[in-house]
Amino acid sequence: MIIQVPPTVPVVPEQLDPSAVPLAVPEIVWSAVAPALVLMIGGILLLTVVSLVRKPLPSWFHATWTVATATAAICATVPLWQRVQDNGASSEMAGTVGLDGFSLFVTGVICVSVILAALLLEGYLRREDLVGPEWYVLMLLSASGGVVMASANDLIVLFLGLEILSVAVYVLAAMHSRRTSSQEAGLKYFVLGAFSSAFLLYGIALTYGATGSTNLAGIQTFLADNVLVDNGLLLAGLAFMLVGFGFKVAAVPFHMWAPDVYQGAPTPVSAYMAAGVKAAGFAGLLRVFVTTFGPTYREEWMPMVAALAVLSLVVGSVMAIIQTNVKRMLAYSSISHAGFILLGVAAASDAGTSAALFYLLVYTFMVAGSFGVVTLIGRKGDGRHSLEDYRGLSRARPGLALVFTVFLLAQSGIPLTGGFLAKFYVIGAIVDEGLYALAAVAMLTAVISAFLYLRVIVAMYFAGPAGAEEGSEEPAEFAGPPVRIPAAAGLALGLALVGTLALGIVPGPATEVTRDATAELTVGN
Amino acid sequence: MLLNQFLLLAAILFSIGVYGVIVRRNGVLVLMSIELILNSVNINLIAFSTYHGLGGQVFALFVIAVAAAEVGVGLAIVLLIYRNRRSVDIDALDELKG
Repeated sequence: MIIQVPPTVPVVPEQLDPSAVPLAVPEIVWSAVAPALVLMIGGILLLTVVSLVRKPLPSWFHATWTVATATAAICATVPLWQRVQDNGASSEMAGTVGLDGFSLFVTGVICVSVILAALLLEGYLRREDLVGPEWYVLMLLSASGGVVMASANDLIVLFLGLEILSVAVYVLAAMHSRRTSSQEAGLKYFVLGAFSSAFLLYGIALTYGATGSTNLAGIQTFLADNVLVDNGLLLAGLAFMLVGFGFKVAAVPFHMWAPDVYQGAPTPVSAYMAAGVKAAGFAGLLRVFVTTFGPTYREEWMPMVAALAVLSLVVGSVMAIIQTNVKRMLAYSSISHAGFILLGVAAASDAGTSAALFYLLVYTFMVAGSFGVVTLIGRKGDGRHSLEDYRGLSRARPGLALVFTVFLLAQSGIPLTGGFLAKFYVIGAIVDEGLYALAAVAMLTAVISAFLYLRVIVAMYFAGPAGAEEGSEEPAEFAGPPVRIPAAAGLALGLALVGTLALGIVPGPATEVTRDATAELTVGN
Repeated sequence: MLLNQFLLLAAILFSIGVYGVIVRRNGVLVLMSIELILNSVNINLIAFSTYHGLGGQVFALFVIAVAAAEVGVGLAIVLLIYRNRRSVDIDALDELKG
């Protein structure tokens, strides 16, 4: 493609009539970004308060502050939600920040993941002698980035949100100063995260070149009004953006970092990465692909997303089975969950988006709970994560074993848990679109991954002592120091348990909310 | 002035950057390769902004700022690893695998 710039004389400032170009300053509507502002200011204030107070504050203070901030952010979404339901979606700040049900719902999911992770972090930091406010500050800042990303109506804002989200999490992954594996996880996450951001950015640049706008609503209207004769640039842009998002949500074949990083990062941080970061990544993916390119370019990107979904489902569930490290196993299982959510994206319908959102909500509870149990079993040093360490847990800690069983069964999709309905809705959405082969793959891999969850349950309940004959009657002894459950972690597990079960038994309210949480692109005023 | 000359330059820089990230073993050089990719994006954005108005140039400014923040964090992590291991060889990081 050769484009010749028209040989016009470049416009020099002197030739412009100064009164003709008024400086357009968009109206700043603070209320539209209230949730992100609450999280950001909460994080910065926490850092300020801690550095102003002379005495070291007790560790529960940081966690309480974080939980309160995230709760306040959830409260801030309620009046906005009302506004969106009454007056319809809008976009503010010169059309760069979208205010719709979708962004508010994802905001809620991210805040829930922050609450659960902060509660887990409290006991974890005391156990590891790492007490400090930085963890919570970084988590709040990263959550604010996720919220910005979810409500982005412009590719510039999307990219900024993604970077605010990611840079804080790179640091969080490397924060455990005495575990070298944590630093290794941090570097691996950083290199691949920055690499993927660069891919995404290259894709954004090509899309901007092809459509002439970075505004999502602008791109949507441009593509609806014009037919590109030569759309190679746009297709390349779409592919690069998909690679970038694929890395962020850990979809196969861009998943290589996930097992290493989830295993090496401090366990509560893994919980946050699996729940919050993934939710933000999918929010960006849904907004750009389904909402912006859905009406016009669905035929082009749908096969790519479907391929990612199938690969993630198969590779995630098969690789999870052969792992012996439970954290790594959960990482691969999170890849197969990403495959399920990608199916909701591939459906590219309102039902698919609602199903993906419901899945993200349920998944937040399930995965935060699972990593919560893993945090506690890891014990001091955060190192006891092999399947062997779970032998005989049902005798040493029956309650904890039962809770973990519920989370694992929910992840495998047993009825009466949220996990079942999440998978059900996603599969329903793709069957509605006539994609039966994808539905079949999804159900097959759900069976395969049920095996891996049962493996952990068997280790907890039925395993004989190490090295004993098969079928020996003698139950395994739980090895290592006793498992302590700090109050905050107990609260987090309780909340996650209630969330997982409630969404499975009374899904009505949540499905209504996800149905109303539609993404709409509106041109700003 | 041909737009595709700039696009070609950006594509070449991008490829060199990707090659560097994949092949280089030194952590600092990997960071520099990532910078190269980001700068190729900047060239693209500014080349396109000839046609599409100032948006691309504004975006390029944001990219420069974010790249600086990112490389700051990256160097800090590399430094942390250097303190513990006396090496910035990325291939030597093989504690996590399976």
